[in-house]
Amino acid sequence: MTFSSDTRFHRQLVVFNGLLPALLILLDAWRGKLGANPVEFITRATGVLTLVFLVITLMVTPLRKIYGWNWLLKQRRLLGLYAFFYGVAHLLTYLAYDRDWQLQTVIGDVYKRPFIAIGMFSFALMIPLAVTSTNAMIKRLGGQRWAQLHRLTYYITIGGVLHYYIIVKSDITYPLIFAIIVAVLLAYRVMMSLKKPEVLHPELRE
Amino acid sequence: MSGSPKIPSSEITPEEAFLNRRFFMKSAISAGSTLATAGLYRTFAPRPEVKNNGAAITTVAEPALRTALAADEKLNSFTEIAGYNNYYEFSTDKSEVAAKAKDFITDPWSVQVGGLVQKPRTFDLAELLKFESVERTYRFRCVEGWSMVIPWVGFPLSKLLSMVEPTSAATHVAFETYYDIKQMPDSGSAGIDLPYVEGLRLDEAMHPLTLLATGLYGKTLPNQNGAPIRLVVPWKYGFKSIKSVVKITLMDREPPTTWSLANPGEYGFYSNVNPTVDHPRWSQARERRIGEVGSRETLMFNGYAEQVAHLYAGMDLKEDF
Repeated sequence: MTFSSDTRFHRQLVVFNGLLPALLILLDAWRGKLGANPVEFITRATGVLTLVFLVITLMVTPLRKIYGWNWLLKQRRLLGLYAFFYGVAHLLTYLAYDRDWQLQTVIGDVYKRPFIAIGMFSFALMIPLAVTSTNAMIKRLGGQRWAQLHRLTYYITIGGVLHYYIIVKSDITYPLIFAIIVAVLLAYRVMMSLKKPEVLHPELRE
Repeated sequence: MSGSPKIPSSEITPEEAFLNRRFFMKSAISAGSTLATAGLYRTFAPRPEVKNNGAAITTVAEPALRTALAADEKLNSFTEIAGYNNYYEFSTDKSEVAAKAKDFITDPWSVQVGGLVQKPRTFDLAELLKFESVERTYRFRCVEGWSMVIPWVGFPLSKLLSMVEPTSAATHVAFETYYDIKQMPDSGSAGIDLPYVEGLRLDEAMHPLTLLATGLYGKTLPNQNGAPIRLVVPWKYGFKSIKSVVKITLMDREPPTTWSLANPGEYGFYSNVNPTVDHPRWSQARERRIGEVGSRETLMFNGYAEQVAHLYAGMDLKEDF
């Protein structure tokens, strides 16, 4: 068995490396090493990790097409679920420490602050994708509809980058790096769709 | 093996060697990916603790004022105060400033005081350290929504201003931070125009709570906290308390200030701590005290209303935020 056919090993790699940042955050929290403002750090870290996993899922197709790394495809849904996992952690941190569980204040916050609204909206769009990430759901929806639905990832990622960009006080370096990467990844889709329409296995559509 | 008679057995990789190689490859990939993931996390995670490298200040006086100005609130630790700083000239990452400002040269230093004054003059560091210092523990509220309690050492700004004798035309005071891109190589990505400038109305500047701080916790200021001399205006958001001051100019009009130049809709000239006036992107009603898990209410004028509210009598603080 070669590396590219060892699906079980790929799965182990993605499961472990996806969980590792969360484990390190917990370890640092337990050691009291999250810096002077742990809540701020956890909020920022989980938010950035959500974006990182969204970007990785968007990288799967170009990596397949350009380098022939087709084995990545079987891990894409798990990568997406990690984006959702860190998104949930990000939202919970906000609700617990920014809102002190005063959930009625969230509505006002969403209404008053565009970056919160954009973040919430992007998170809401992730829910149907997480729910439909099982094999059974792909079958139930039918490959084409499933693939169509999961193109929401584009809008979720754009929303996530915008959410990050707006909250930064003045140094836009990191949000800008994300914006450039996402722009390149989306431009790749546009270019490919202009080139030639192809018929593919449902999960191979993007 | 009996199923593939065409391949001579000598050319078949022994199963053991094959498994060994595979095991080695898998281990290497696992270890490599773990190191990469953990390494990336470490790059962005907070820095280790900082040590107090300041020299002892010997002229601390008036320690009695300490309890009066921050009630009986718990002091933040030196590590918290010196390890979490907004000093955009060095880094926009608050936990990185201490390391980046480590070699900042603060001696020799001089502060040029001029403008609408009878006796303009330049104070060198030795002269600044000769002012009779006091220890003042103040609450410090950042516009970002976090706060600390800090035992400053310094002297009232009014003492220095009295020495240069502002003319009757002077109504405002402008301040400027040292700026040198060679010492502050990361300042290019700060996203604000530098040098950093700030300003106060003359009556705010002359208020007894307004301090020129030269130290904290009884020792000279760490570089990341604005060494060797900085302003501390405890009833305003932290960015008004300009660091590493090199220039003080008396003026007859409101001076430009860095954050309101960068974003006039979000940061005003006054920037008094005010729980009833929100920042456009977040609420100012509550704050997170560094070291505490939950949040606490933000106090009007950061708890110094009794001392400073009269300065703003008749003003609409929603208008003049």
